[in-house]
Amino acid sequence: MGELIPSPKVYDVCIIGSGAAGGAAAKVLSEGGLSVVMLEAGPALNPAKDFKEHVWPYQLPHRGAGIGGKLKGEESDEFMAPNGAWEIEGEPYISAPGSAFKWFRSRIVGGRTNHWGRVALRFAPVDFKGRSTDGMGDDWPITYEDIAPFYDKVESYIGVFGTKENIPSAPDGIFLPPPKSRCTEVLLKQACNKVNVLCVPARMAILTQALNGRPSCHYCGQCTRGCISASNFSSSQVLIPPAQATGRFNLITNAMAREIVVGKDGRAEAASYIDRGTKTEKRVHAKCFVVAASTCESARLLLNSRSALFPEGLANSSGMVGRNLMDSVGSWGEGYFPQLEKMPPHNHDGSGGNYLPHVYIPWWKFDRENDFLRGYHIEPGGGRFMPTAGQFDDVCDKSEGFGASFKQNCKRSYGTTIGMEAMGEMFPNKDTYCELDPAVVDEWGIPVLRFHWKHGENEVKMAKDMQQTFRAIVEAGGGKYSTDVTTEGPGAYGLYDGGTAIHESGTVRMGNDPKTSAVNKYCQAHDVKNLFVTDAAVFVTSPDKNPTLSILALSWRASEYLLDQAKQGNL
Amino acid sequence: MSMSRRELLKSLSAAAAGAPAARVLMLRLVTPEAAQQAHRAVSAEKAASLTGGYTPKFFSAHQYKTLRELCQTIIPADHESGGAVEGGAPEFLDLIASENQDIQLQLGGGIMWLDSECVERYGSNYVECSATHKDEILNLIAFRKNAEKDSRLGPGVEFFSALRKGVADGFFTSEIGIKYLGYIGNTYLTEFPGCPPVPEL
Repeated sequence: MGELIPSPKVYDVCIIGSGAAGGAAAKVLSEGGLSVVMLEAGPALNPAKDFKEHVWPYQLPHRGAGIGGKLKGEESDEFMAPNGAWEIEGEPYISAPGSAFKWFRSRIVGGRTNHWGRVALRFAPVDFKGRSTDGMGDDWPITYEDIAPFYDKVESYIGVFGTKENIPSAPDGIFLPPPKSRCTEVLLKQACNKVNVLCVPARMAILTQALNGRPSCHYCGQCTRGCISASNFSSSQVLIPPAQATGRFNLITNAMAREIVVGKDGRAEAASYIDRGTKTEKRVHAKCFVVAASTCESARLLLNSRSALFPEGLANSSGMVGRNLMDSVGSWGEGYFPQLEKMPPHNHDGSGGNYLPHVYIPWWKFDRENDFLRGYHIEPGGGRFMPTAGQFDDVCDKSEGFGASFKQNCKRSYGTTIGMEAMGEMFPNKDTYCELDPAVVDEWGIPVLRFHWKHGENEVKMAKDMQQTFRAIVEAGGGKYSTDVTTEGPGAYGLYDGGTAIHESGTVRMGNDPKTSAVNKYCQAHDVKNLFVTDAAVFVTSPDKNPTLSILALSWRASEYLLDQAKQGNL
Repeated sequence: MSMSRRELLKSLSAAAAGAPAARVLMLRLVTPEAAQQAHRAVSAEKAASLTGGYTPKFFSAHQYKTLRELCQTIIPADHESGGAVEGGAPEFLDLIASENQDIQLQLGGGIMWLDSECVERYGSNYVECSATHKDEILNLIAFRKNAEKDSRLGPGVEFFSALRKGVADGFFTSEIGIKYLGYIGNTYLTEFPGCPPVPEL
């Protein structure tokens, strides 16, 4: 006699991933009346316990530098919000020979929105029409007008500070007032004025006024450590709680998605995942699926969802899944400014933190012909922030010596450097993609990704221009430019390795043609109607703007479409 | 000579003599000056002893004594603040060395190199050398250009370069180091004041 197997609960929607894309979908869909289950690969987050906000370095045994000092100078030092790392034990990824790629992943509720720089920039109208403008790449299947109402909704809900500037390359949004400039930023703006470079208040997802039940920023300059008062935006603190409040939302943590299972009718019917605690495989059933695991994890999940119907992976009849991988074109430069030696001690922390500025340089050369196509923006940093391990390495190398004079040199140099990070648009190319490694699996038995990376000529020319701009600004400000770069080979002009801008996009691109794209303009898979992908994987291009605000807007838009289709009974 | 701990404790209880036994009142009767003096004396005493009352996790007792002396030489106490030892740099470096083989080689091996170089040049370990000899050898390994002239100094220069960074890390992340730099912040503000009015900007 067979056992009585109860029929499984079938949710309206299953969302995979709890970051920007998953969080936006969870809020919109559960508030819209659907029952939602979410799979998150990492544990739950407890801000009061997990965030290292307001901790001094000397309160940690390793002073923030981590066990063996191995996190010294790393983004993922001991202060950072939990579970974001370049390497995760038991979960490797492979860089193909000759491909320098680094992958920052986060396994925790909220994902990388716990760590991000909070830079919240809208794409510009021209960003959706690249091919029509200069013949390179492809146009998006949507226009700025299609997404603008969703930028409005996102900004109104999460809170973004900024100012209206009427710059064609950097559309205005719904802004809270920006914080006052730090000394380094006053100096930088003066320098920019001298060389005719635009420098305007930054646009950051940080509250300068109370909004939707969240208090205003308290200006400790520690956004990447996580914000105990939720005054900056993270999915974990701003999008997941309203979903939970509906009573229709079930969050399953420590659930590592392995595969989306398809029924005989070609529709997605379940997500199979590994419960990390018990190392057992489980399934959750739903009528509709939203893949929002981050650009490369989403591609990995689809590629691993192979079946007789879809032997090359789900939503991949175009062969585009994993292709067109992009990351922002990054380069960095810094200068020493002697006048900053005379700054009296004062509170410089502000909103954001080091390299999370109150001002920024939007793409300003949109009105002329340049040596390269598309553009970049610049985020400045530096000044009298909380000292960290590694901060005086440069002084050590330059000043040398020891004793009283060395000690004084360190003090004199404190806060006198202004650095700039440029983020530019990268063209997708055939040599840059990710695929399943044919041999390697992670500790959960899931095949891992292998990355292939190559920058093109346009990216190198753009990085060269970034370096020239950095130097011009530093020198105009009375500073001494101190960044040395090579002019050839990988890393020419300070070009960042692939992945290190942490702005991956493009691996499940959207488009109108099912032969050349994986999802339609509503982020719905061409091949599987009840499957959506709503993170940066769907980006057609990688405009110079940091991706998070656009991920939120696209996921919000896709979720409203899904909700509408569900109500009409089309899913 | 600094006041011994016993004398210090005696002076503190003398300050509290005649006061009600309640601990809170006794603490209040200790003048700020006396407390400050006590604090200084304790850290000076700690700095003077072989390992500062700390049992090293990685370095041998002799190596650790050498490390402490080098730390304080690289970032000494002055009229503005204590030095690297008071900032806890030796403990910090010992902790990360105990967890990292590269640092064990760099710093542990480096101290061994320094000692053998001193024995060869001056006939004794670094800590037993005269002040003049200590200054001479450190001035040789504290500058890269010296290794360009005399390649034998290469390992010493590498060692000192790594140590200097580690000492800076330890000191400038300590409470006294952060205060010495004049960092102000890590607090709650209702409004960010922006850049103060300064003639330079």
